[in-house]
Parts: sequence; C-alpha cells; structure tokens
Amino acid sequence: METIELKPATETHNEPTITISGSEAVLNAMIAEGVQTIFGYPGGAIMPIYDALYDYSNRLNHILVRHEQGGIHAAQGFARSSGKTGVVFATSGPGATNLVTGLADAMIDSTPVVCITGQVFAHLLGTDAFQETDVINITTPVTKWNYQVTDASEIPAVLAKAFYIARSGRPGPVLIDITKNAQIQKFEYNGYTPCNHIRSYRPKPVIRKKFVEEAAKLINAAERPFVIFGQGVILGKAEKEFKTFIEKAGIPAAWTILGLSALPTDHPLNTGMLGMHGNYGPNVLTNECDVLIAVGMRFDDRVTGRLDKYAKQAKVIHLDIDPSEIDKNVKTTVPVWGDCKETLPLLTALLEQKMYPQWLQRFRDCTKKEEEEVILEELNPSGEVLTMGEVINTLNELTKGDAIIVTDVGQHQMVACRYAKFNKSKSNVTSGGLGTMGFALPAAIGAKFGAPEREVIAIIGDGGFQMTIQELGTIMQSNVNVKIIILNNRFLGMVRQWQQLFNERRYSFVNIESPDFVAVAKGYRIEGKMVSERKELKSSLQEMLTHPGAYLLEVMVGKENNVFPMVPQGCGVSEIRLK
Amino acid sequence: MKQEFTVTVYTENQVGLLNRIAIIFSRRKINIESLNTSPSEIEGIHRFTIVINETEDVVRKLVRQIEKQVDVLKAYFNTNDQIVWQELALYKVPTDEIAEKVKVERLLREHGARAVVIRKDYTIFETSGHREETDNLISVLEPFGLIEFVRSARVAIIKESAGFHLKLREFEQAEPGEETLENEYLNKGKDVFVM
Repeated sequence: METIELKPATETHNEPTITISGSEAVLNAMIAEGVQTIFGYPGGAIMPIYDALYDYSNRLNHILVRHEQGGIHAAQGFARSSGKTGVVFATSGPGATNLVTGLADAMIDSTPVVCITGQVFAHLLGTDAFQETDVINITTPVTKWNYQVTDASEIPAVLAKAFYIARSGRPGPVLIDITKNAQIQKFEYNGYTPCNHIRSYRPKPVIRKKFVEEAAKLINAAERPFVIFGQGVILGKAEKEFKTFIEKAGIPAAWTILGLSALPTDHPLNTGMLGMHGNYGPNVLTNECDVLIAVGMRFDDRVTGRLDKYAKQAKVIHLDIDPSEIDKNVKTTVPVWGDCKETLPLLTALLEQKMYPQWLQRFRDCTKKEEEEVILEELNPSGEVLTMGEVINTLNELTKGDAIIVTDVGQHQMVACRYAKFNKSKSNVTSGGLGTMGFALPAAIGAKFGAPEREVIAIIGDGGFQMTIQELGTIMQSNVNVKIIILNNRFLGMVRQWQQLFNERRYSFVNIESPDFVAVAKGYRIEGKMVSERKELKSSLQEMLTHPGAYLLEVMVGKENNVFPMVPQGCGVSEIRLK
Repeated sequence: MKQEFTVTVYTENQVGLLNRIAIIFSRRKINIESLNTSPSEIEGIHRFTIVINETEDVVRKLVRQIEKQVDVLKAYFNTNDQIVWQELALYKVPTDEIAEKVKVERLLREHGARAVVIRKDYTIFETSGHREETDNLISVLEPFGLIEFVRSARVAIIKESAGFHLKLREFEQAEPGEETLENEYLNKGKDVFVM
C-alpha cells in the first residue's frame, strides 16, 4: 500500500482560475480531503471520472472490487478501522442500486462514507435511458444526505459539503450522483474550499450546563450506577475521556456490539456485552441499577429486549450527539445532548471520586455463574467437535488482543464479539444495526487499507462467506493481507438455533452446502487450509498468522451448537437464559 | 391521546426535500392529513405546513427526525389552540340552480364566501376557514347539484412565534449563539481524575 503526502482538509486552496472537467474536479476534491484509497467499479455512466483517474493513479489508490456492494462494505471497513471517511465509486443503474445494502448498513451504524455514482446525461433523465435509475429517490431513506449534480461547476462545493456532512455530527453515508455531461463539462475552477458550516445543519447540539449538573447530581447520589456505552465513544474519539469518566466515578460499564473495543477487554470496570447474546451480568443488573448512564448508544431493541421491562427502576441519563435519539426508545430522566468528547469531561469534573465494591461484586458473581454454566464449556469443550468459542479463545492467545477483528453476521459474530479480546479502539468491525450477511470479507479488505500496519482477521460463517465470496478476487488482485477464518457449522446457524428453540426444530432451509472453500481460495491464488481437529487448531491459526499475505482457514465446528446466554425475543433483559 | 397537530418546517429550497420529509411519515405508516409548501417570511427559505393526527409523544419524535435532515433549518409542532389557521375551498355549482332556488346573496354572507367566476352554465364560490366551515358550505350546496369541490391544505401561523429572522441569523453563524455551551469545566483539566 502506497502512502501519499496529504494536504490537510482544513487548508483552502486558492489556486488561480483554470479550466478543468467535472471529473477532474471530483478527483481534486478527493485529494484535498485527504482521500488515499477509493473502492470502486467502473461502468458506462462513470467512465469520464475513471478516464481522469487514469492520470491520478499515482496520487489516488483505486481498489477494483468485484461487486459494488463489496466496494461500499470495504469503504465502511476502511472508515471503521481508520476513523476517516470511506469513498466508493460506482456507475449508474445497477452499479448504484448495488450500493443500497451498504448505504443502509452505514446509515444505521453511523459510518462516514461518501459514494460517487455516475448518472446518465442530464437530458436523458426520466426517459428510461440505458442504466438509468432514480438513484436519489432510491437512496433517500438510507443516506444522511444525497444530491444530484447536473452541472460541473457545482462539483467542488457539493463534494465539500458531502465530506463535511458524512464525517460531522453523527456520521453517516452521503451519495452524490453526477450526470455524465457534468463529468465531461469543462468549467472555471477556483480551487477547492472545504466546508465547515451549513446553516441548516446543526451537527453538534448545544450543551446545556444545567443538564450536565443534574446528571452529575444523580450520579453522585447513586448507589448502584451502571454505564452502558456504544459506538458514540469511538466515533467521538472520546475513548480517553470515557475511561477517565468511569474510572473517577468507579462505575461498572458494559458495551453494545458497536461499542466493543472502545474500552480494553481487561479493564477492571469492563463488565461485558449488553443485549440478546450479551453477558449475564450486564443484562440482569440493568434491571437492578438505580442510575443508568447511556453514552453514545441508541437503545436498539437487541440491547433492550422488551422495553416495558427495561430498567424501569432506574433513572436514565442519556449522552448523545443526536437529539432525535433522546427519548426515542427509553424515556430519559436527564438528557445530555452533545459530543461526548466534550460532555464527558464536563460531567467528570463534577463527579466525586468513588468506588462501588459491593455493586461491582454483583457483576463478578454473575460472571462466575455465566462461566460455570456457559463459558467454560464453550472455551474448553468436553466433546470432540470444535466450538466457535475455543477458536476465538485460541486466537486471543496468539494475537494477544492486538488484531482488528472483522465479523460477519450470525452465531460466529456473537461468539466472536463475546470472546475476542481487544486492547485498542477501532478494532471491532461488524455489521451491527442492519445485520448484513456478506459484510465481513469486503469490510476486512477495507479495514486493512484503513489500518495497514495492523493485523486484520475476518471471522465469517459458511453462509455469509458465500454472499460476497467474489471479493477473494479483490484480495488476489490488490494483494490484501487479510486473514480469513471461516467457522463452518454447515448450517445457517443463528436461524437454525431459533428454529430449534422456538419452532420445534423445524429446520426450514437452514441446511447450507458449501464448496471446498480451500480449493476456491486456491483458485484465487490465496493460501488456505481446513482444520477440524483440536490438536491442529492452534498450530493452524499460528500458520495463518505467520503466512505472508492473505490466508484462508476453514474451521469445522459443531453443527448444532447454540449461542448462550440469550434474551429470547419479547422477553425482558433480566429474563436472559443461560441454556 | 391522538389529536390534531400542525407541524411547521423551515427548510432550504432543495429538490428532493419533500420526499425526504414525506418518508419520515410513511416509514412509520403515519398518514399526512394535509401538506402545504410555500415561501416563508424570509426570501429563499421554504415553509412546510403538515397536519397529522397523532399523540404528542409520536409527534415530538417525528419533529426531531425532521429536524435531523441536513436541509431542514427548524421544525415546530403545535396544537390547534396554539395556531391560527385557514384552509381555502372552491365550489362549482350550476348557475341556474343557484340563481333560481337560493338567494345567492344570503348564501355568500352566511358562509363568508365570494363568487370567483359567474358564467351562464356554472358559478364558482370560494371560502376559507376551518374544516367545519368549509364543510358546511358543501352541505348547503350539495342539494343544488355541487359539480366540483376542492379544498387546499392547511396554512397556519404560530401565535407565539416571533418569526424566523433571528433564528436564521443565529444559524448562519458557524458557532452557535447565546445558548452556547458554558465551557468553564473544560478549563479545569487538572480536576479531572486520571487513574
């Protein structure tokens, strides 16, 4: 991967007026915004931009993906591992519609992505021209902002706006649709001015001192306070502020799936994962705490279970940058609007230094119970077949928690998030809100470009892997050094688990056959191996990690293992089942 | 309890914004009773007036979702007693019926209506007012062969509002105005405990 000298985005480029094409303006904007890597796929309506890209290839690294969905997931992975904005190029029509799943994913998981799509000539709009779709209207519900450019002179300002909107406030995906005539058109270019203000857009709500004080008062008076945190801590780059906050207040903390890695796994106040397949303690004790402090999380239904049985006894303090999240699902006692990078220090300053040894002991007792009933057997199984948990646990021993773990969706995702160790933030990349199977392989590619110095390991099920398997081609062509672990249980495991528990084992279409994954990888000139014996597991993982370049390790795991604990749908969090 | 709410939205004039706002309602399967877009008191800024029948809790959440849209400057919601509103209605009736059977003058006076067009074959009346008032004239005219009826969306003025000029000036500044965060604690870094 080539690194390129960056011009910081804050700099204004007042170059003398020159005449350039819309396409060149697009690429100049990329360079001015510090973009190094673009994931994309060419096509008819975006050809002028690709033609210009030919001359920019020493300054912009374009990664040719195998499907536009792979492109946007890669951009998401890039954004998540780097904290920067991911960029995708796609053509009109099918190219653009293939982005929709990734846009929806980025929207619900607040990932900053800028998509540039080609569009037919402006005079053909609405004529059902070849590869014409109404991309703006199709993508409206799944973008933070979108805009169609029909005149090249709009491009610098629109792209500046796009990058600003994507990364500021609560981040999200932005799509800019550019008609072919605007890409070709020459115009008077006055340089690129980054955007830092839009009058109709308030990315950061004003912090109310009154609420910060009320929140501090509640926390100081609490006997059993409990902090739950989400990706807001990572997106706000407030990991340090968050750690200082819980350490001073001495409050146990638990994370949502997207908050994972914001606080190191081994931190003494880290009590584990919330929600449907989260840890026993955080779920049960949510309904026993007296003050619940939510930081940068949105009370997703997978976290809360039944809302009328969720933390009803507690006073709720909600810190969020997005005012529409306040009171959306859970009624807040004290709302603390604002960027948590700013609100957390304000709050911390007002807190008394405290510890809650008895309360913390309750969490430890719960952990012990969960270990006895679930974790020990999962990590050190008595049976012959491998479990997903022991694969993750063995991986922990080898990576020491320093790797970026990218997961797909399903049982393996829950197991990986439950058991993987993390020392550093931005190390967990997964599709949380949308639950997009097929996310992990392309996202891992992007994550590697976003953090080339780090080890990137994709953990994927046999089902999800086959949804975006073609991205092995991207790994091959661009020499992406990602490690792929397929946890193969020969089932669509999560749906099978539900069918077993709630549909009387009526296994309806969850039996999935797979090709010889190792042979497929070999076909893409990617080294690989299959392992099904315990005694070979550690050495195989070691071999994978030491292999220079991409590697695929298929691990055969128990066919009908279930993920526990589990909060069954329609139950309260304290009704969590250990078996 | 569900009741009528009027949502007033100040927006930039952007193509596609109507769709962005409309889908906030349709996604939640909420029916829009009436929707009007018009210029506002400020040049270049548009004003949407949307009427829905919902609970206050739902409306508050909807308004926050609307305000979250990049091109929306501000959204307000009000109950009927907080606004002054009107709807405009047009009625087309056969002229001979009206001329022969009703005293047109009385009709116009009683319903605050006026005749917009009088032709040999038909007459068009116009009235404005609340729903009941425009409905009343329908029932009066129906026996005389009402040919066409149409009613506009609601337009409403918020009684308490001092207009949008000040708010806009605040929004046009890169930094928020007088409500700005009082950042006194941020300067006391040493008071923040670090383990």
